[in-house]
Amino acid sequence: MTPISYSRATSVAEAGRLADGAGARLLGGGTNLVDLMRKGVERPSRLVDVSGLSDAIELARSGSLVIGAAARNSAVAAHPLVRQRYPMLARAILAGASAQIRNMATVGGNLMQRTRCLYFADVAGSRCNKREPGSGCDAVGGFNRYHAVLGTSPACIAAHPSDMCVALAALDARVQVSGPGGDRMIPLVDFHRLPGDRPDRDTVLDPGEVIVAVELPASPFAGRSAYRKVRDRSSYAFALVSVAAGLTMREGRIEEVAIAFGGIAPKPWRASRAEAVLRGGPAAGAAFAAAADAELADAAPLAGNAFKLALTRRTLEAVLSELTGGSL
Amino acid sequence: MAIRINGSDVAVPDDARVSLLDLLREGLHLTGTKVGCNQGACGACTVLIDGQRVLSCLTLAAQADGRSVTTIEGLGSGSDLHPLQVAFIEHDGFQCGYCTPGQICAAAAMLREVEAGIPSYVTADLAAERLTLSREEVRERMSGNLCRCGAHNGIVEAILRVAAEHAA
Ligand SMILES: Cc1cc2nc3c(=O)[nH]c(=O)nc-3n(C[C@H](O)[C@H](O)[C@H](O)COP(=O)(O)OP(=O)(O)OC[C@H]3O[C@@H](n4cnc5c(N)ncnc54)[C@H](O)[C@@H]3O)c2cc1C
Ligand code: FES
Ligand code: FES
Repeated sequence: MTPISYSRATSVAEAGRLADGAGARLLGGGTNLVDLMRKGVERPSRLVDVSGLSDAIELARSGSLVIGAAARNSAVAAHPLVRQRYPMLARAILAGASAQIRNMATVGGNLMQRTRCLYFADVAGSRCNKREPGSGCDAVGGFNRYHAVLGTSPACIAAHPSDMCVALAALDARVQVSGPGGDRMIPLVDFHRLPGDRPDRDTVLDPGEVIVAVELPASPFAGRSAYRKVRDRSSYAFALVSVAAGLTMREGRIEEVAIAFGGIAPKPWRASRAEAVLRGGPAAGAAFAAAADAELADAAPLAGNAFKLALTRRTLEAVLSELTGGSL
Repeated sequence: MAIRINGSDVAVPDDARVSLLDLLREGLHLTGTKVGCNQGACGACTVLIDGQRVLSCLTLAAQADGRSVTTIEGLGSGSDLHPLQVAFIEHDGFQCGYCTPGQICAAAAMLREVEAGIPSYVTADLAAERLTLSREEVRERMSGNLCRCGAHNGIVEAILRVAAEHAA
């Protein structure tokens, strides 16, 4: 690691000011950034600790739940309102990492965490367009069991690692950011970018912008929602595939439905096509299969991750079957 | 600029790159806290900050400024063992012992999380206020602490015993 300076921001404005400029990085819990600094992927000269900014979790007058960016992942999952009204989010957070890491990780840091692609982390030995634009991608022809099958580009097939963000995508969350150009609100589903030919840019956040909070609109799904994560061991591993889903039923038919996938795309993947197939339709196995087919129609599987298509389909079918009351 | 470590104030290192783990082991010779992976994946470096379990390898010492750190040395010592230490001995909760300080720090915080009604991924009812600590719950809640020797059965046994004594 190169020498660094460390300071604590006491306000969002101060954080933005301190973080504006090459070499500066905001620091949440450090669980991703400190690791990437040690590996040489990140080489900041200045760290601005934003973990002392707002970590409040409060209901707004609009009925939305506002979660300060400095809230620790464990605090969000343990919050009574999150457990009662957004169980899908509590469950997604609890499915991620370990209790120690969730105690450290902040909401802002979770949104901004980088991919776990092994080639991205291997500075000395691998080519990676996300780390070093234009250098090539060793994952495409390499070990790509953990990589994405949807939304990839020839330049990058890295998957987004977050569990929390998958639930946020299904819950229509919005990200409140503040920067030199003022404040703005970004829908979570537009916050992360697809790689295209600029895989080095994970999000639409501009330099100097700070995540202030995440806002969750009131959700109709508390009664029927789930987060199911499939991984190589039963705990403390990143998702091969995960599904966040919530729905409401009316006279035996699916009324409203929201679905998002993790582990299979470069960003938390809102499954709008699957939702369109299911909305207003019967809660039947054939519909679940058709929904999965619709979402996976454009998938681009590789040698190591083609299994994810069947795994995604089965996981989605199992979750929908459970949520609509049947067993498959 | 000080970190309270096991009850004593320690100066924050000038070099902001120093991890809490390195400060503990290299700076203060508190070698009970172990270095395993140094990348967040094993839990050997687990300590408590303000009572919460965290990984000292991914914490910069500077981040702990003004906070209170408890290591295994602060939980118990040879003449005055922590109940978890006693239980680990009685239930063969270790073989080589390398993961043990991290396991015990993690378990101490975990028992308090359960008391506070904090659910885990395997808790069936997230809204429930009271939890029962099953074997499955302990395994999930302790999954951030790996043991290469495979002493897991003893570890789970020891933790369940302490939890039961606590409840009694
Ligand atoms: C061993 C291991 C296993 C893991 N397993 C999982 C898993 O199964 N599922 C999962 O979802 N995650 C997992 N994680 C990842 C973990 O969730 C992230 O590391 C964590 O959420 C990052 O949060 P942080 O606050 O520590 O971020 P930091 O490391 O502090 O920061 C990460 C990035 O966010 C930026 N940032 C921080 N705060 C802000 C802000 N307010 N505004 C703008 N930018 C900001 C930083 O500049 C940095 O670029 C795992 C991590 C480890 C080490
Ligand atoms: S040494 Fe910190 S988690 Fe392995
Ligand atoms: S006792 Fe040897 S690693 Fe756990």
